Amino acid sequence: MSGRALDRFAEDVGIDGPVTVVGGRTQWEVGGPVDGAAREVRAPSGIVEFEPAEMTVRCGAGTVVAELDAALGEHGQGIVLDGPEGATVGGTLAVGRSGIRRLRQGPVRDVLLEARYVSAGGRVIKAGGPTVKNVSGFDLCRVLVGSLGTLGFLGEVVLRCRPRPAVSRWFAGEAEPFDLVHRLYQPSSILWDGTTTWLLLEGHPADVDAQARVAGLAEVDGPPPLPTGGRFSVRPSALRALTGSFVAEIGVGVVHTVDPAPTRELAPGVADLNRRVKQTFDPSGRLNPGRVAA
Amino acid sequence: MQAALVADLQQALAPDRVRASALELDLYARDASIISGHAEVVCFPLTAAEVQACVRVCRKHGRPFVPRGSGTGLAGGAVPVGDPVVIVTTKMTRILEVDADERVAWVEPGVLNLDLSRAVAHLGLHYAPDPSSQQSCSIGGNVATNSGGPHCLLYGVTSAHVLAIEVCLPDGSLVMLGGLDPEPSGYDLRGAFVGSEGTMGIATRIAVRLTPLPPAVRTLLLDFTSVESAAAAVSGIIAAGLVPAALEMMDAEITRAVEDFVHAGFPRDAAAVLLVEVDGLPAGVDAAASVVEQVGRAHGARTVRVAADEAERALLWKGRKSAFGAIARIAPNYYLHDAVVPRTRLVDVMTAVYDIAKRYDLVMMNVFHAGDGNLHPLIVFDRRADGVLERVMAAGEEIIQACVAAGGVLSGEHGIGLEKRDYMPLIFSADDLDAQARLREAFDPDGVANPEKVLPAGSRCGDLQKIPEGAWI
Repeated sequence: MSGRALDRFAEDVGIDGPVTVVGGRTQWEVGGPVDGAAREVRAPSGIVEFEPAEMTVRCGAGTVVAELDAALGEHGQGIVLDGPEGATVGGTLAVGRSGIRRLRQGPVRDVLLEARYVSAGGRVIKAGGPTVKNVSGFDLCRVLVGSLGTLGFLGEVVLRCRPRPAVSRWFAGEAEPFDLVHRLYQPSSILWDGTTTWLLLEGHPADVDAQARVAGLAEVDGPPPLPTGGRFSVRPSALRALTGSFVAEIGVGVVHTVDPAPTRELAPGVADLNRRVKQTFDPSGRLNPGRVAA
Repeated sequence: MQAALVADLQQALAPDRVRASALELDLYARDASIISGHAEVVCFPLTAAEVQACVRVCRKHGRPFVPRGSGTGLAGGAVPVGDPVVIVTTKMTRILEVDADERVAWVEPGVLNLDLSRAVAHLGLHYAPDPSSQQSCSIGGNVATNSGGPHCLLYGVTSAHVLAIEVCLPDGSLVMLGGLDPEPSGYDLRGAFVGSEGTMGIATRIAVRLTPLPPAVRTLLLDFTSVESAAAAVSGIIAAGLVPAALEMMDAEITRAVEDFVHAGFPRDAAAVLLVEVDGLPAGVDAAASVVEQVGRAHGARTVRVAADEAERALLWKGRKSAFGAIARIAPNYYLHDAVVPRTRLVDVMTAVYDIAKRYDLVMMNVFHAGDGNLHPLIVFDRRADGVLERVMAAGEEIIQACVAAGGVLSGEHGIGLEKRDYMPLIFSADDLDAQARLREAFDPDGVANPEKVLPAGSRCGDLQKIPEGAWI
C-alpha cells in the first residue's frame, strides 16, 4: 500500500545528521529558522485511501491541502485544515495553527486520527489509529500536531473528514461581536478589527437565513484579508481590550496583527517538561535543529 | 513499614483521610473491571497541595501511587499493582468557577460528570462528553481515560473539551498544561496527559469547555428485524453525509432487558433498535431527521418512532443509559468489551462477534455507539459456574482479534489499563510502543505513577509479559 513510499521517506531522513522536512514553505518562519546545514527532505504525497462512508481519509503528509479538499469535495466532504495556498497536510499539522473557522469546527489538533512519522532514529512509527474514536495507548497524535517537526517527521496521516455544509455565507457590518457569539447558535466564524464585524454562517439554507436575520449584517463576498505581521492568542474575553491594527477571531482568541506578535515564555515547570519530551524523542537534536515549538 | 507510610500520610493530610483497614483496602482493590489488586494505603486529599504532599510521601517511602476517581473504569486502570498508595480524588468536588461568557468551567477532579452539566444547565450550557456512567464518574477520571459517550459522535471525546489541566507530576511538582487561550506555547502536553490513565501524574484542577444546549433536538427510535440491516442502516446514515449527535444500537437481548427495566416502549420483538439523535438549528434538524428516517426505511426499519417531547426523549435515553443496570436481572456478572472498527465494517464484525459468543456458549448482548463504530459486546455470566470465566476470557480475546483483523483498535473509550495492556502489540510495533513509553518517561522518569498500566512491560525494548504479579482476574 503506502509502505514503500514511507520506507523511502525514512531512508531519506536517515539516522544521523541534521535534517529538515519541507512542505509548501507557506509558514516556514514559524518557530524560527532551521540550521542551514540541515538536509531537506519531503514527505510522500497523494491520497492513499478515501472511503466516503467512513468519513476518513489516508494521505501522504506532502499532499497539498487544497488538492485533498477538492478530492473530498467531490463526495460532499471536506477537511478542517485551513493552510495558506500551497500548504501541505503535514506542514499544516506540524505548524498546528487552526483556520478562521475554528469557532465551530474546532482546532486542527482534533483532525488527526493516525500518524505514521519518521523518528529521529529513522524508524517509521505509528501513532494513534485509523478509526474515528480511539483510546488505545497514549495520544501521541496530539503531541505531534504543533510540534513543528521537532519530534518526528509526518509521513502519512489519517484525518477525520466532515460533511460540507449546504451553504456557506459571509456577512459584515458594525455589530457588537462579543454579543453575537451568544445570540447565534454555532456560528462558523466571527472576525473583528475593532470596528467592523465579519460573520460566517454555514448549514441548512433556512437556518442560515434565520441566523442572518438575528445578526442583522449585510452579505459580503468573504472575510477580510488577515494581517500577516504577527499572530498570537489570548483568552477570548481578553480580545475586548485589543488596540491597534488587528483582526481577531472572536470566541476563539486568535489575533492576527500587522506588528510582530509579543513574545512569551513557558512557565519553568512546563518548559522543563517540554525539554524532556524533545530530549527523549530526539536526543541528538537532529530534527529541524534551531526550530522551537513555542 | 506500612505503619511509617500511614503515619507520614496522616501527618500530611488528616488521620481520618488516610485509611488502611482491611475493609477499606478491599474496597479499593478493584475498579469496575473484573481485575483485582492490592492497595497498601488509601488516601483522600482535599486540595492540590495535599495531592502534592501525598505524592511526596510516596517518593520518600519508595512507593508507587495510583490515582483514582470514582472507580467506574472498566479496564483496570485504577486497580492497585505493586502495593501502591491509592490517591482518591472523590473529595475534591468543587466547581471552582463557571465563566458563561467564555463558556469555560474550572473544576476539581472529583466533580461528577453529570453534576457539572446540571450546574450549568440554567445558563443554557452543558458538558458534552456523556459516558453512560455520567451519574457516578468523575471529570478527573474522564480526563484519565479520555472518556467518550453517545454524544461524542458529533461533539468529540473528552480531549476536545479539556482546555487546561493543573497536574501534580510524579515528582510532586505542579504544572499547568494547556491554557484558556487557543494556542498555548510548547508541545500539546495537555493532549498527552488526557487519556494517560494516571501514568503521567494526577489532575488537580481542570478547565473544561462548556457547550451551548442545541436549540432543536430530534430523537428517533428505529427498529429492525435483523442486526445486519440495523448495522447497514448505520453505515448508510454516515454515507449520506450525516453526523448525528448520537447513533446508538441495541440488539434484541438488551432491548428486551431494558424494556423490562424502564418500560419505555422499546419493541420487545425487535432484532435490533437504533436510537438516533440529531440536534442543531430547526431546519437542519428537520432535514437530518428525514434523512435518518429515509435511510432507516430503505434498510428495512419496521417502525420509526420520533420522541414527541422532552419527557419521551428522556425516557428513551434512560433506557439506553440504564442498559448495564438492566442486565443485573439476567446474571450477576458481566464483562463489557470496548473496541472500535471502521464503521463500514460493522455488519461483518457484528456477525463475527455473535459467532464467537455462540461457539463459547455464552450469553452476549450488544449496546453500543454504532455511529463511530465503537462496539461494546457485553458477556453476561455467573462467575460461580465452573469454567465460565475461562470461556469469557477466551471469547473476549477472540472478539478483540476479530476487531483488529477488521482494521479496528483495542479501545474506543474505556482505555487500556491492565485489561488490554498485553494486547497492545496486536496493533503497535515494538517501535510504536517505544515511542509511547518515551512520552510517558518524560512525565514520569521513575515509573512511579500507576505503574504497569497501558504499556506492556519492557516497551522500551519491545518484549512482553502477562498480567503482573499481585493482580488477578
